[in-house]
Amino acid sequence: MSADPTTVLAFETDCHIFDGCGFPAPGLHSFVFEPMATVGGIEINKPMLLAVLSTVVVVGFFWAAFNKPKLVPGKLQMVAEAGYDFIRTGVVYETLGKREGKKYVPLMVSLFFFIWIMNLWAIIPLAQFPVVSVIGFPVALAAIVYVLWVSLTFKRHGFVGGWKNISGYDPSIGPALPFVMAIEIMSNLLIRPFTHAVRLFANMFAGHVLLLIFTIASWYLLNGIGIAYAGVSFVMVILMTAFELFIQALQAYVFVLLACNYIQGALAEHH
Amino acid sequence: MNALQLASEGEIQNPLLPAIPEIVIGLIAFAIVFGFLAKKLLPNINKVLEERREAIEGGIEKADAAQTEAQSVLEQYKAQLAEARHEAARLRQEAQEQGAVIIQEMRAEGQRQREEIIAAGHAQIEADRKAAASALRQDVGSLATALAGKLVGESLEDHARQSGTVDRFLDELEAKAEAVR
Repeated sequence: MSADPTTVLAFETDCHIFDGCGFPAPGLHSFVFEPMATVGGIEINKPMLLAVLSTVVVVGFFWAAFNKPKLVPGKLQMVAEAGYDFIRTGVVYETLGKREGKKYVPLMVSLFFFIWIMNLWAIIPLAQFPVVSVIGFPVALAAIVYVLWVSLTFKRHGFVGGWKNISGYDPSIGPALPFVMAIEIMSNLLIRPFTHAVRLFANMFAGHVLLLIFTIASWYLLNGIGIAYAGVSFVMVILMTAFELFIQALQAYVFVLLACNYIQGALAEHH
Repeated sequence: MNALQLASEGEIQNPLLPAIPEIVIGLIAFAIVFGFLAKKLLPNINKVLEERREAIEGGIEKADAAQTEAQSVLEQYKAQLAEARHEAARLRQEAQEQGAVIIQEMRAEGQRQREEIIAAGHAQIEADRKAAASALRQDVGSLATALAGKLVGESLEDHARQSGTVDRFLDELEAKAEAVR
């Protein structure tokens, strides 16, 4: 029995029910990894490695598809074009319009595919960890979007107009205006970036915990009558894996859609 | 057990507190993705998509042009056909009219010729009849005078000829015959 639960596996390999061994439930420790190496003063752990691998996968895929694009596309280019067009037309042009949205297409396409691949690691054998369930990564991405839309607001409307836009300034509200403005400013400037990052983080975090619970239980129950329960648990592993596959893409989509909505709000005339 | 370990290690912090290294790695990793996509790969595909759109639109324009041309040619052809039909009808009409005129002329000509022939025949018959009648008259006169001379016993021929008796007699006979007829 290792002294540190974070070293190799998330659970003990020799621990089964009826052996006088308690259920090694997953928890926060399942999301903490020992450093694998140190590069340039930064300790590299598994999520970081997976994040870098996501970069390699996304860039590699689009490099293979779009480096020498053809007028009549091959299979890979066709798939990549479909993904590209899904974000471009289905998300960016849908929320921002073609004229305003054109500039933000590369950002949104990069965001979507980067997040999606980072999420996808959760169900890839050996990797089996969603990178964004470590809060630092969604925070980094949400920060990019936050800086972008806040600066766009002031660039588009000027200093006073920018504050009016953020605070939802509308004299027709009457005496409640100061309260509304206070709430709006807090909602837009403080809560919005937090929920933007945490929505992505929490979904993948919870999904990973669910997968861990059923995976560990399948192993833990593998003793005596428990084998029957282990079967049920394993079916749940399969189902949750399929469900996660869906959630991973959905959360990447939601993140990008919200990013577009924030930019759209920043560019819109204040209402 | 785990809780004990966690407590003893005291490492595990609030999962909502981001660690700086992860933010940095996340930013760098994303920056690389964004750099490749925004600077090279997406402009690449945009160019091709634009070319494809133009190719498709060009094809459509070409097809449109071809269709317009085909339409105009068809109309031209139809106009020519109608003109030809009209011309043919006109020619037929003309031919019919001409034919009718020719038939009319032929008929008139035939009529005229028939009448001419008939008239010539009549004249011929009349002339023949006159010649026959004068010859007959002469013969009948000479026969009659010869017969009468034989009966009387002398030649009355010169006398009768001189006096014109025979002629008068024959004229009378003719007049009678005319009256009877």
